[in-house]
This record gives sequence, C-alpha cells and structure tokens, in this order.
Amino acid sequence: MPKDQLQGIKSEYDVIVIGSGLAGLTCANILGRMGRRVLVLEHHYQLGGMATWFKRKRGHIFDISLHGFPFGMVKSCKRYWSEDIANRIEPIRGIRFDNPQFSFETTYDRKDFTRILVERFQQPLERVEAFFDKARSFNFYDDDGTTTGQFLERCFPGRNDVHRLLMEPIAYANGSTLDDPALSFGIVFSNFMSKGVYIFKGGTDLMIGLMKKELIRNGVDIRIYSDVERVLVEEGRVTGVVCNGRSIRARSVVSNANLRGTIQRLVGEEHFAPEFLEQARRVRLSSSSCQVYMGLKPGESFDYLGDLFFTSTLDHFDSVALCAKEVTSRTFSCYYPDTRPGSDRYSIVSSTNANWDDWANLPPEEYEREKAKLIEDTICALERYLPDIRGKLDWIEAATPGTFSRYTKTVHGATFGTKFEGLSVSKAIPEQIAGLWHAGSVGIIMSGWLGTINYGVIVSNEVDSYLSRTNTVRATEEV
Amino acid sequence: MTRQEIRQAIIDILADIAPDEDTANLKDDVSLRDQLGLDSMDFLDIVMELRKRYNVEVPSSDYPQLATMTSCLDYLSPKMA
Repeated sequence: MPKDQLQGIKSEYDVIVIGSGLAGLTCANILGRMGRRVLVLEHHYQLGGMATWFKRKRGHIFDISLHGFPFGMVKSCKRYWSEDIANRIEPIRGIRFDNPQFSFETTYDRKDFTRILVERFQQPLERVEAFFDKARSFNFYDDDGTTTGQFLERCFPGRNDVHRLLMEPIAYANGSTLDDPALSFGIVFSNFMSKGVYIFKGGTDLMIGLMKKELIRNGVDIRIYSDVERVLVEEGRVTGVVCNGRSIRARSVVSNANLRGTIQRLVGEEHFAPEFLEQARRVRLSSSSCQVYMGLKPGESFDYLGDLFFTSTLDHFDSVALCAKEVTSRTFSCYYPDTRPGSDRYSIVSSTNANWDDWANLPPEEYEREKAKLIEDTICALERYLPDIRGKLDWIEAATPGTFSRYTKTVHGATFGTKFEGLSVSKAIPEQIAGLWHAGSVGIIMSGWLGTINYGVIVSNEVDSYLSRTNTVRATEEV
Repeated sequence: MTRQEIRQAIIDILADIAPDEDTANLKDDVSLRDQLGLDSMDFLDIVMELRKRYNVEVPSSDYPQLATMTSCLDYLSPKMA
C-alpha cells in the first residue's frame, strides 16, 4: 500500500494553505505564530513553489531564481520569518549588460544608475531625478492607464537604449512588458533601485529548509505529495478541502495555487457570481520561461562574469522579441562557489521569457529537438563570453513552459502569475466565498520574491481577522 | 484604557516595528509615516498587533485614521475604552 501522506493530521484546521510557494508559506507562518491551527498541503515532493532548486548526480545543485531579491526582503524575512533567515541575505556584486546598444557593469541602484544615465547616456540630471521620483511615487490603487512604454517614452523620448536599460531587468524579474501599466514598473523598479539586488547565501534549499523549520516550530502541519483536488464550499462558505481523496475540514482556506486554477479547478465556477467570472476570465496570464542549467565539472571554473548578465543580439529593445522562440536575449545567472559556502562548484542558469503556445503542443520528437536546439544555442551564446566553456560543462539540461507547468501546476506554465488585472480578482475572492482567499503571484506587483512574501502577509491579516470575527459569532451562538 | 495608556500601547507596538527609530519623542500631530519612515507593510503590522494584543479590529478602509498619533488616539479611544 502507498504511504498515507496525510497520516497524523488533525480533524479540523483554522486554515488550510494549498500550495507552498512563498506567499503560502509566509501566510502559514504568520497564522501559525498567532496560534492558529494551520495545515500546508503541497502536491510536489519539496516546498517552495517557484522558489525552488533541484539536485543532479555528481553533486550539482541548480537554483531556479535565486538572484534578484530587492532589499525589502531583508525586512520582510526578519519580521515574518526569522533574524537568521534575514541575516543570510547579501548584496550581489554586479549586474552586467551586453547588447548592440551598450555594454557595462553596474551595482543596479539609484546612485549608480543616475551616474550611468548622466555620463553614458548623456541625460540631464534633473530629468533623471524626475524619472526616479515619479517611478517611486506610483501607487497600486491609481492606475491611470499609462503603460510602461508610454511612461519611459515621456521620461526619455526617443531613447530606446535607455528604455532597454530600465526595462530589460524588470522583464527578467517579472515577465512584464512595455504594454503593462507604468505603475507596476514603477513599484518593482523602485524596490530594486532603493538599495540594489540581493541573494540568499546558502542557496534556495537552505532558505526553504530554514523556513520549514520555522513553520514546524510555530506548530504548522506540513504535508508533501498532497494534491488538493477540491475546495469544499457549502452555502457560499468554505468548509474544507479534498486532498488525496480525503476530506479535511477547515474554517478557512488560502489558495497559493495559480489564480485561474483556483477558480476553475479547485473551487469550480458554479460557486461564483457571473459578473465575477466574467472579470476572472479576462485576466491574462503573464508569460512563461525557458531555462538552461549548466553545471561545471568539479575543479573547473570561469572568470567573473557578473552575477546577473543581461545579453542580447537584437539591435533595439522590444518586449515581444523577449518571448520569441527565436531567442535573441538571454539572462545568465552565474553561481560562484560562494553561493553555497563550502562548495567549490560553478554553474550558470540561462533564462529567457517564453510563450506557452510555442512549446505546449509540439509532438514528442519535435519537442526534444527544440529542447536540444535551445541547449545548443545557449552554449553558443555563452561561448561569445567564455570561449572554453563547452569543454568545462559536466551537466546540462533545459526546462520549458511545460516543465514549469508540471512541477508547479500553474496554468500554461505561467512563471510570473497574472497581468495587473489579476490583483483585483484575487482580492475579490473572499467577497464571493466566505473564508476563501487567494495568495499567489498576481498583478505583476504581487509576484517575485518580495511581492509574494508581502501578499502572504496581507492575506494572513485578513484571514486572522476573519477567524477572530467568526469565533465571536460562534461563541455568541453557543450562548 | 485611558488615552495615555493607549498612547503607550501604540508606542510599544511602534518600538517593535521600527526598533531603530526614536519612538520615545514622537510628535503627536506629525505623520507617523514621515517621523518613523513607515511603509504600508508597517501599517499592516500595526493593525495585526492591535488585534493580537487588544482584540481591536481596524478595517482597511480605516487605515488612514492611523496617520498621526492624535488621529490614532481619536480613532482607537472609543474602541479600546
């Protein structure tokens, strides 16, 4: 008989969290710390969602997205996780760019970007200052319809090279394009510019491992290999979930699954009002990704290439081209031995944004052929900078939108959640079904490391309030 | 709780949220955001702590009432009386 993954769980919980992405884990931790009875259910064999890593033989470990913490992560980890976790967040050394328009290295913060924009791109200081101040002043609740492209054009007219400098790393971080709202660009860009880019020293595995310890310390029950098939709803109110074929009662449920999957697969459209469904169906998913993971032979190394290296062969910047199957732009995340103190390994992960439709319906042989081409093209692109890299590689493999979909169960392998309109739909879910929340990557600003942690916090506050209120009602009824 | 006790309760919460700031000498009519460099997540923490410590509920539509110490006291006094 297969092992019963749900062995030892309680008969009822205050909160069940579906999925263990960073938003789900953070929400679970805060509620556990407040003394709520919390259960986290994860279908995969490891926690973290897109905050993930994988191991291969001969000691290779690959991180999916470890580079690119904004400084705000230090505060959020300290407050909602632990001092120990926060203290392991360290600045990266440098970010490089190389494309037909420019080539240099930067610390990626306001001070250095101001210098670069003034000296290299010949922009007047007042214009640069005005741009930074405007970017920082955006609020998520006042969308005036301005797109990022329009905003950048207004600030730096006719300067496609400047637009590229400002937008390329953000597109890498959250899959957004020049057509997305200026406010989502402004918020995310300003988060990074406040103090540069950080990394978690010790790797994603250590980070998630420490978080798991913290959750257990706070009394949270965690089960892996536990696939939630259904959220149970009675008379417009959540009553529990069905997981691995078994019903588990809960006073509230937080879905850290993909927004569309939550509404259509887990809850079922019949439980929502028609106007809400109409709004939900209009939510666009963000793009997916392809990655190529390259591990060097033990003892081999490469010269410093920056921590994040944005490369492109396209002579101008164009959001559509970033996702195209004919790849012209790649971001190399370079992992040096100091990523995991004590290790002597070097590895490189190449990332490109990608469209689900380009990969989803290929016949098996063609899919394999395309994957092999992706790997070969990536090595060739890397050889421009590291001519002898091919001979040093020991392990190489690729992930496509289908790979991300399989491991995270996101609809269409959306690695960055939804476009901006997803945020209001996500936030409106509890108005549709009492006791149900969604906390996951939505609306561009609630995606990425900081966005998802903070969305988990916001939702935990609402869940806690709901649990306090419904407790009072219950106590009164009993009297 | 008296107004003075509520003031102290708020200061205790702020001291935990902004440990590096001087919370002892707050000006009652200057925005907390400006005096302590608070952001929207900090205000969320204040709301969570008020619920945890004093069982006081502050709905999100009332967050602007927490702008200054005086507005906090005016808003919270009836709830924490």
